[in-house]
This record gives sequence, C-alpha cells and structure tokens, in this order.
Amino acid sequence: MQTEKQYIDLFLDHRGLIDRHSSAVLNEHRDEAFRIFREKGFPTSKDEHYLYTNASHLFEPDYGLNLSGIEFPIDPYSIFRCGVPGINSNLYFVINDQFYNHSQPTSAKLPEGVIACGLREAADRYPDLVRRYYGRAADNTDTTVAFNTSFAQDGFFLYVPKGVEIKQTIQLINLMRADVDMLAQSRNLIILEEGSKASMLVCAHALDAHRFFANRVTEVFVGKGARYEHYKLESTRADMTNFGHLYVQQHAHSDVLINEVTLQNGVTRNNVQVDLIGEHANLNLCGMSINDGKQHTDTSTLVRHLVPNCTTNELYKYVLGDQSVGAFSGLIYVADGASGTKAIQTNRNICLSHDAHMYTKPHLEIHNDDVICNHGATVGQLDADTIFYLRSRGIPEAEAKMLLMFAFVADVEEFIRVPALKDTIKMMIEHRFRGHETHNCTGCTSQEACQTKL
Amino acid sequence: MLEIKNLHANIGEKEILKGINLTVRDGEVHAIMGPNGSGKSTLSAVITGHPAYTVTSGEILFNGKNILDLPPEDRSREGIFLSFQYPVEIPGVSIVNFMRTAVNEHRKYKGQPPLSAGEFLKLMREKKEYVELDNRLANRSVNEGFSGGEKKRNEIFQMAMLEPKLSILDETDSGLDIDALRIVAAGVNRLKSKDNSTIVITHYQRLLDYIVPDIVHVLYKGRIVKTAGKELALELEERGYDWIKKEVENE
Repeated sequence: MQTEKQYIDLFLDHRGLIDRHSSAVLNEHRDEAFRIFREKGFPTSKDEHYLYTNASHLFEPDYGLNLSGIEFPIDPYSIFRCGVPGINSNLYFVINDQFYNHSQPTSAKLPEGVIACGLREAADRYPDLVRRYYGRAADNTDTTVAFNTSFAQDGFFLYVPKGVEIKQTIQLINLMRADVDMLAQSRNLIILEEGSKASMLVCAHALDAHRFFANRVTEVFVGKGARYEHYKLESTRADMTNFGHLYVQQHAHSDVLINEVTLQNGVTRNNVQVDLIGEHANLNLCGMSINDGKQHTDTSTLVRHLVPNCTTNELYKYVLGDQSVGAFSGLIYVADGASGTKAIQTNRNICLSHDAHMYTKPHLEIHNDDVICNHGATVGQLDADTIFYLRSRGIPEAEAKMLLMFAFVADVEEFIRVPALKDTIKMMIEHRFRGHETHNCTGCTSQEACQTKL
Repeated sequence: MLEIKNLHANIGEKEILKGINLTVRDGEVHAIMGPNGSGKSTLSAVITGHPAYTVTSGEILFNGKNILDLPPEDRSREGIFLSFQYPVEIPGVSIVNFMRTAVNEHRKYKGQPPLSAGEFLKLMREKKEYVELDNRLANRSVNEGFSGGEKKRNEIFQMAMLEPKLSILDETDSGLDIDALRIVAAGVNRLKSKDNSTIVITHYQRLLDYIVPDIVHVLYKGRIVKTAGKELALELEERGYDWIKKEVENE
C-alpha cells in the first residue's frame, strides 16, 4: 500500500481544498469512494480485471495534482483548429483536470434546452439534475474509479432534452499541459433524454514531454429511443498513461455506438461497461489500437444484457509492432430472463514482430436459453500467401503489407458514422501506418507547440 | 523470351525441381502437363519468385536478364504474370485500389507518371470487357466471396490490366464450368500477340481446345520428360500418364 499512501495522505490533508474547488454534488460521493479506495488500494496484476496492466505500479511515480484549480496559461482554441469540416463547431476542452471556461467559438448555436458546460458549473447550477445521475453508473468497486470519485473536481457536462437532436458532433479535447509530471482526474457526465440524439468525439492529447497520467471517468445515460455515438481518439505520447473509464446505461430502443481508436500512446487502459436496461436497445462497441515501440493498450469491456431482446455487436482490432503489448478482455453477460438476446464479440489481432505480445480473453456468460451469442478471437501475422499475391502484381513488399493493414482495420472504420470524421481518422491511420507521428490532430495550427509531424 | 537452364529448386530440404530446361520464344504458347505432384505449380512459383522456394542451381533468363535475384514485384514489373491456381481472397482491399496500386507501380518502374483517376477508370472499363467482369465484382474486395469462375476471370482481368510479356496460367481451368472456361480462354486469346508468350499449366486437355499450344511438355518428378507438338496433349488425354511414367522408369 506504499503507492496509495501518498494519495491517501493527500486526500486526508487537503479534503477541504478538494471540496472548495468542486461542487457539493461531487463532494457528496467522496467519502464512500475514498473508503473503498483506502481499504482496497489500486489493482495490481494479481487482480483478475487488471491482469495485463499493473495499475498500482503505474500510479507509483510522484505526480503533481492540481487540487486548488490553478489555471494553466494556455489558449487551446488558438492551438487546436481541427481540420474536420462540421466537427469543430462545438469544441470544448478539459485541460488536465479542469474544464476550460473561456470564450468558445459560437459558430454553431446549440438547440434550445441543451446544456454543454463544465461539470462543476453544471453541478452548481443544476444540482438536482446532476445529482440524479452522477455516480449512478460508474462502479467504485474498480478502485481506480473510486480513486477518481475521491478526487475528481470537474469535467464536461452535456444534457440533451427530450426529442432534441444535436446535428453537429460535439468535440471534447482532453489536453495534458504542464511543466511538471502530472496526474489529472476528470469526470464527464452525459445525459440524453428520451428520443434525443447526439454524437461526441473525445480526443486525448499531451502537449508537453512530461510524464502524465490521466484517469478519467465518463458516465452516459441514454434515454428511451435516444441515439448516441461516442468516438474516442487517443494520440498522445510514450510517457503518457491514460485510463479511460466509460460507463453507459441504455434504455429501451436506444442505439449506442462506441468506437475507440488508439493511434499513439504510452500505456492505455480503456474500460467500457454498458448496461442494457431497456428492451430492444442496440449497442455497437468497437475499437482499434495501432501500437509500436513499447506502447501498451489494454481494453476491458463488460456488456450486461439485463432485459430481453437487446443486441450487441462488439469488434476490437489490434495491430502490434516492435515490443508493444495489447490486451483485450471482453465479457458479455446475459442475465437470467434476458431472452432474445443477440450478441457477437470479436477480437482480431496482428502481431507484426516476434517481440509484440497480444493477450486476449473473449468471454460470454449466459444465464438463459433463448439467445444467439458468439465470440471469437484470433492472433496472427499478415498472411504470407496474400503478400506474395500482391507482390506478384508488382506491388512492393512494404506497400503490400500497408494495403493489408489498412484492410485489416477497415471494418472498424466503418463504424464511424460521421463522414468527415471517418475520412480524417482514415487519413490519420494511414499516416500512422506509414510511420508519421500523430501526437495531435491534423489541422492543428501550432506545429511547433505540438511537435506534430503530419 | 524465357530461358530456363538446369533449374533445381527446393522447398525446405526437399528437392522438387530436378533440372528443368525450357525455352519459350516470343509469341509462343507452351503447355506444361503432368500428373499431380510432378512440380508444375512449383515451376510457376519459382519463375515468379515465391519466397518459400529456394533455387539451388541453374538459371532463369527473361529477355536475356537473370531474374533469380529479383524480388517478385520486379519480376512482375519486368513483364511476368502468374494467374494463380488458387487466387487469394483479400477482404478490405478493393479491386480498384489493388489494381490502381499495381498499375502505377508498373508505370513508376518504367519511369511513367501515375494515371489520373479518370484515366485509370477508363482503363478498368476497357479491360473488364475482356472477361465480362461486371461492375458488381469490380467494386468488391479482391476475390472475397467470389465463385471459382469469378476468381479466374478476375485473374485474367488483372492480366489484361498489366499487359505482361509472359503469362503463366496455373490450372486456370480448374473449378470452371464450360461457359466460364470459354470466357476465360477468349480473354486470354484476345490478349495474345506475336510479342507475348503464354505458358499454360494444366492437367487436362480440355483448356487446350480453347488455348491452342504450339508446344506441349510433360513434367514428371521434377523434370521435363517429353516435349512434342499439340498432338501430345490429345494422346495424354486418351492414354493417361502411365505410359510416360513407364518410359521414364525404363530409362
């Protein structure tokens, strides 16, 4: 418990400071979360859910935390002008652990009744609304989530009222920016009322060459018949550790698409849990990770079919080079009584080098007869006969491999329903495979600050 | 065009080709026949540079140039084409993308600029007709879910796109019904000229009714054991291979 001690002491010594720079609704959850964290500590690789990512070890370094809400002098809007047409209109930033509260571009006015702001502000202005949802989906039994709940002070808040559609994708950029090694914890809350519709693009970037750790928790509540798309794009650095916890609750007839793309990172742990709590809810859950060097990407998913007649289509793909490590652990749970469930879970992986490692654990747990479920996982290399076939048509070996890698991830790209975003991500993937660095999005105007080499 | 001298080749430790001698001149059509396991497909793989095979001695000259040191892609760009016995399926790679990459790599090798999108599509349209490849197939992933006949037609379509000097058709008739066979053969014949040559590898005489060879060879146990005119194919159809095997054993 040596690792935990520094954080436990920090919490006990600065509880007042943490509360002061947050909001009552968030503060109400700290005691219980801290009790769990203090008792159990961080998960280690002995923990079944963290077999391949030793969280305790990762939290060990002496990171700075910014509990008193000091603002970092930066104007993210001048740095990030995302080149994706139709994307950049609704752009929000969380810098380290705080929502960036300054002027926003007003090119797109949000529909009547929509609230998009910092979580702390939302909790102060709409306490009843936030209280109804905050902490209701996230699971503190994962102690890195309990750790987040103990410390998180701010983040992003989105509320979409009944029947309202936000046409343009809302983009949230989680930015690490500091002159010291830093740990940031933020919390996002997204609420879609009945029949509403929205899509989010959540990007992770790191601006400075320091050791960063982001531990972020997002809760999403998708009402009856509502439609929600959640795209996550990570393009950070080798010295970044990024824990992303996404908890989703889906009501009847809702439709959710989650697509997590990891292009450049250090250590990434993506944790997704979706509860299907209303009949005829539909979930597409997918992602890809392109790793080289010593990159490490670990995805853990849990989908719970708690009522009848819901569908899940899950697809994760990894391309691993050099000494990189990939891990996938997916569980689809079908509860007693959840008849008519249709669920597919697939994980396919390519190891491009002898030293790359992939660990995969596809898993179904079914407490019901009347279901259609299947799951599968493969780990392999690029097919030698196919490479020869392409070369026999005059295509050089390197280009042949490139074509096959693009082809391999193409079906995950198909799960991007925003055409402009799909084109951009495809282009970034191509750049990535061709060995360019992609610390930040294309269209980023501050080439020097971001060291983007696109 | 092609000159193979005393070619020996192994897969792993096992010697498959045991001294092949073969000369193909411009404009000629050669048929290579022989029983299963005699080395026919190995010969086509070695000519095109499949990395699984090791040439232990001998040489292959293509238009006077020793190609054994060239990687498969350069052999293709020099003008050698193999129609595969079992074309591979490549999910996610469209035929358009595949062929555009291949055609432009060939052009780069010759010092020509890449084709514009418009020029390329015009070329595709033109060549698709050679084998009656419909648009429905052309827009799909390479060979994915294609029937046996569609795969072979796609091979000949690629041949038309790349305009090789030497085409090797490896068991192109296998898995084809009679209509598909006719379409494929017609495509091959339309591409034939006095400057390019064809090697047809086949078990059966059937394909040779449509693609008429000038010279027929029999390959057995890694060697060419008999060479004659097109009448040899008919004789093999009638008598099988046993008499040839006996001739070889008696030697």
